[in-house]
Amino acid sequence: MSRETTSSVPKATTTDEFIKGLWRENPVFVQVLGMCPVLAVSNTAENALAMGLATAFVLLMSNILVSLLRDFIPKQVRIASYILIIATFVTVTDYAIQAISVELYKSLGAFISLIVVNCLILSRAEAFASKNTVWKSTLDALGMGAGFTFALFCLGAVREILGNGSIFEWALFPEGFQNWIVMILPAGGFFTLAGWLLIINVIQTRKVKS
Amino acid sequence: MNTESLGTIFLNAALVNNFVLAYFLGICPFLGVSGAVKTASKMGMAVMFVMVISSMCAFGIHTFLAAINAPYLQLISYIVVIASTVQLVEMFIKKMSPSLFRSLGIFLPLITTNCAILGVALFQTNKGYGFIESVVYALGAGAGFTLALLLIAGLREQLNFADVPQISKGTALTLFIAGILSLCFMGFAGLGAQ
Repeated sequence: MSRETTSSVPKATTTDEFIKGLWRENPVFVQVLGMCPVLAVSNTAENALAMGLATAFVLLMSNILVSLLRDFIPKQVRIASYILIIATFVTVTDYAIQAISVELYKSLGAFISLIVVNCLILSRAEAFASKNTVWKSTLDALGMGAGFTFALFCLGAVREILGNGSIFEWALFPEGFQNWIVMILPAGGFFTLAGWLLIINVIQTRKVKS
Repeated sequence: MNTESLGTIFLNAALVNNFVLAYFLGICPFLGVSGAVKTASKMGMAVMFVMVISSMCAFGIHTFLAAINAPYLQLISYIVVIASTVQLVEMFIKKMSPSLFRSLGIFLPLITTNCAILGVALFQTNKGYGFIESVVYALGAGAGFTLALLLIAGLREQLNFADVPQISKGTALTLFIAGILSLCFMGFAGLGAQ
């Protein structure tokens, strides 16, 4: 990834595929895609980061494979084929996480399997990878994956800091801090995401005005 | 095996652990089709139907895969079953009611990627439910999904007339309401637990 950023100056179009996922077309904050895992597993920063990386991996692999096979998949059965490709990589990820850390596997629960039905991955396969070269699709997946992980981390960090008074299980506040229990509860997920969307709306309206 | 009664399973799936407001499953249609009560109720019915069918199939598949000792095929076969059921429902609705078909639009094929449906299939397997229990669980989950969808659609219809700041219009406002609804559903906690 570092090579792309350094050699990017003359070819702005290639890096653009990477950069757009981070902010301008951020999957969570701008496109509002793949909401289910975003809200469900963002109760701590650690869970959010792990989920983001797992999704990014599946996104990258499926984008590469879909883009490689884009001339061979008949148009009528393309969605079914994409879902099968995605499901295969999710199964791989599922078993990999189970092997790496059982504790993490337990806290993410069924949500690893549910990456299959993350609209973000399917929409990237359909809207981008099926029409573009492997190299471009790889960059697109890396950008979108990074943007997704970033957004998840933003949510997870806020919820953990306010709801638990800690970040990565490392206490932040002195003894007397009253935890905002609501932030750990499901409702907190909705509130935090709504808050972030508000902030982004404010930034964007300001940009338009100036 | 567990000893929960069927009523408890139903209440649990529909209210206490509402799929949308407590498990965050099926958020995409929840935000997408909740503009009007009429569409929302039909969408809810379609989802419930797919849920029950795919839950029955998932039970059969799970038994079969356990027999041939190939649990790694579980996810792939579940998703194939769900995709074909959705296709079936789509053809059925297109034939029976073309106007409903048009009003549901893109969200009908997108039921395939509704996590609530795959969620039902996965959770019932994890909990080790039998056949009848699975069907009741799917019915409860579907009812809960429809209920949440109807509630938010009703609220959003009213909100069209509310005077809110420009920046909070759209998704942000819907999410705030969903958060408050989710808090309300917390009140059901403990219901049915004897």
